[in-house]
Amino acid sequence: MARVMFFGRLRDIAQCSERPVPFDGALSLDAFRRLVASGDDDLARALQAESTRVAVNATIAPRSVDLVIHPGDEVAFMPPFSGG
Amino acid sequence: MSEPPATDERAVRIVCEAFDPEGEIAAFRAAHAHAGAIASFTGCVRGGETEALALEHYADLTHRTIAGFVHEARARFDLMGVCIIHRVGRMAPGEAIVLVACASAHRKDALAAVDCLMDRLKTDAPFWKREETGEERRWIEPRAEDVAAARRWNDPASEDGRS
Repeated sequence: MARVMFFGRLRDIAQCSERPVPFDGALSLDAFRRLVASGDDDLARALQAESTRVAVNATIAPRSVDLVIHPGDEVAFMPPFSGG
Repeated sequence: MSEPPATDERAVRIVCEAFDPEGEIAAFRAAHAHAGAIASFTGCVRGGETEALALEHYADLTHRTIAGFVHEARARFDLMGVCIIHRVGRMAPGEAIVLVACASAHRKDALAAVDCLMDRLKTDAPFWKREETGEERRWIEPRAEDVAAARRWNDPASEDGRS
């Protein structure tokens, strides 16, 4: 199981700020995103958007890295930041 | 990102309540009495139609990310001190959202460091802003000019990690 967190407008689309996602073994980010969206097309599109950044265990992942998600990970999906 | 030193961690405060930017600047100035230059920027909730601004963040990541910006600014500019206060939660027009203050021997380093840190805070720290106007709730996306402004400070070799 992984803990998935949604921020900003992704939270509105997912209709929750976080949810547990059960799975075994290791998953590629693509496979993990499909599992998280589980048939919700709007959420699937938002998670795959180029502007959506991913953090694993509170570390932002560079886009060039092929991420692998493991059970126990905390995975955050983040739309473009708007601070200041 | 490697862990920033403790001095950079201490320069950063994330607050849930209203703060007094003028009082904070005065305290910062008193703490850097030998600095020749103190530059600061205070960002406030705009008035007009907006009734409130709500700011959320990724708490486990925010402080460390901003401390990394402070570390970067100290390496780039000749600074004697940095203070960053960033508010989160729901706030009213006129209230301060963010304060960045830098102390240095001469003005150019202090001014440029404030500019650089604000650009980073706008687009590279895990904050999300939402405007509330009547019944409407609208997430604010960074403007293209904010993104371009932040890119000015990038080391080309680390471009990928930031984009």
